[in-house]
Amino acid sequence: MDHNKKKAYLINAIAIVALYLVFFVLIQTKTMNNYFVGIAIMTCIMIIMAMSLNIVAGFLGEMALGHAGFMAIGAYSSASFSMALIDGGLSLPPIVTLVLAMIVGGIVAGIFGFLIGTPTLRLRGDYLGIVTIGFSEIIRIFFINFGPTGGAAGLKGITRLVNFNNVYWITIIVAFLIFTLGRSKQGRAIISIREDEIASEAAGIPTTRYKVLAFSLAAFFAGVGGSLYAHYQSFLEPSKFGFMFSIEMFVIVVLGGLGSLTGSIISAIVLTVLPEMLRSFSEYRLLVYSLVLIIMMIFRPQGIFGRSEFSLIAFIESLIQRKNVKNSIGGGEAS
Amino acid sequence: MNLFLQQLINGLNVGSIYALIAIGYTMVYGIIKLINFAHGEIMMFGAYFAFIAATSFHLPVWAVLLSSMVIMAIIGVAIEFIAYRPLRNAPRLSALITAIGVSLFLQNLALIIFKPDPKVMPKIFPETIYKIGEIEISSTTLITIGLSLFFMVLLDLFIRKTKQGRAMRAVSEDKDAAILMGINVNRTISLTFAVGSALGALGGVLYSVAYIQVYPTMGVMPGLKAFIAAVLGGIGIIPGAMLGGFIIGMVETMTKAYLSTTWADAIVFAILIVVLLFKPTGILGKNTREKV
Repeated sequence: MDHNKKKAYLINAIAIVALYLVFFVLIQTKTMNNYFVGIAIMTCIMIIMAMSLNIVAGFLGEMALGHAGFMAIGAYSSASFSMALIDGGLSLPPIVTLVLAMIVGGIVAGIFGFLIGTPTLRLRGDYLGIVTIGFSEIIRIFFINFGPTGGAAGLKGITRLVNFNNVYWITIIVAFLIFTLGRSKQGRAIISIREDEIASEAAGIPTTRYKVLAFSLAAFFAGVGGSLYAHYQSFLEPSKFGFMFSIEMFVIVVLGGLGSLTGSIISAIVLTVLPEMLRSFSEYRLLVYSLVLIIMMIFRPQGIFGRSEFSLIAFIESLIQRKNVKNSIGGGEAS
Repeated sequence: MNLFLQQLINGLNVGSIYALIAIGYTMVYGIIKLINFAHGEIMMFGAYFAFIAATSFHLPVWAVLLSSMVIMAIIGVAIEFIAYRPLRNAPRLSALITAIGVSLFLQNLALIIFKPDPKVMPKIFPETIYKIGEIEISSTTLITIGLSLFFMVLLDLFIRKTKQGRAMRAVSEDKDAAILMGINVNRTISLTFAVGSALGALGGVLYSVAYIQVYPTMGVMPGLKAFIAAVLGGIGIIPGAMLGGFIIGMVETMTKAYLSTTWADAIVFAILIVVLLFKPTGILGKNTREKV
């Protein structure tokens, strides 16, 4: 690891810990009440969802409009798992139960991603989009009709295991994993398919395998996000995971910039917090939201960051440089 | 057997409405390659205008239909001009997000203007029930099917025989070549939106008459199903949209009658997925070979 990279990791780590401490103090001193903590937790979950969707929509460049379906699978399977675990009388520490449930939810969703992705990924563009909508609607209708998980009335009595402390660190870990994926051999292969499928196939990349890999990984992380959602809300109903929710996540990813993970993070924060801020004039809330969406797209169609990533160290360095330039200009005038 | 015939007629009824709405999706997609998510909201507004025209102004039936179609045609053209035209050369996903934005905007606008509670759509068509053997057909059903077929034939003639129709086909085939041939592309696209929105509004009015209700989110599910119909038939192909609409309507009615009401939507989606897996460009779609 070269010196610069080490420095970048160090600075990012400091920023993450500092941000955590800020929240920790705010929550401990009750400056942030439960309502705001709830928004913060939902924001973390939406960050995970947006980043996972970005693997398919951004890295792979395919239109996937059924992310809510995988989230639902993860949520329901992990909730059933943790309920069975707790009913079984196993008294594990809550964090262990949560992590186990998350892994179960992720893996089940990942398996479904694999099963759905294998036949459908030969479709392109809009056709793939509509098929993913179809699958996620089928999943939703399945949960409406499926008795053991409560059917249309919803699944009640999930133990609430998520709080801000653990969801913050889980989000950081997931973000780290997806960032690493983007820079790995596999990630580069996936991105090369987006750039030119035929060329990457000619370069010896097994495109089908990597497409399915990207799809399954996205489903896995969506399942993780769904698990967190289940163990935060402690109540699941199928109607939440409808078509509009998938669209909402897709909007976050496009607005942040397809292929930009930092863009996804920022836009997930903005688009989760903004509707809450607008709650005071509730009637016009979604009207304003949709107008912002249209205007944003007309004036910045490539999203907030486009395809580039925001880098803290580069930002700080540019700040220092600007200061130096200013100083040297100032010095020049003085002498 | 009688039940089956009865359901067949119901299927035709629903299918003709889906077909009308699907035509709007497919025409817009054919010409600017955009999934116009706002189309479901256009049908919803069409239904609301018809409701207002029928209850507040007590217009005759033909005027109710005509006014709603004309107003929605104008609104459709305006939407294209304001929201989609600036993005014509932007990445396609951005245009898609804008369409979603317009859809959300119209839905919430309707929520504010008309309030969320469902309104009862008056019976605007003369109501008589014909009995053939044991099958009952209401005049509303007949008028719905008849009107839909009439406008589909009209559209087909328009597309095939008139100069404007030929321009539409030319633009959807190759926009740049169409410009070189002296076709006014902007005007052709506006015209496409006008025709598509007018048919969507008609679909909305017929839908609200069939289900007796008008409410701000009524466009979402029929919109999605009409879109599925368009994809099923091969998106961008107008006869494909009609065929897809009738298939979806029929499948939905038959599943509701014979299998299960709750699973009907899932079966519709499953059929779409199966068809697309075997014929990736839809029933009437042509396979294009990818060139390097």
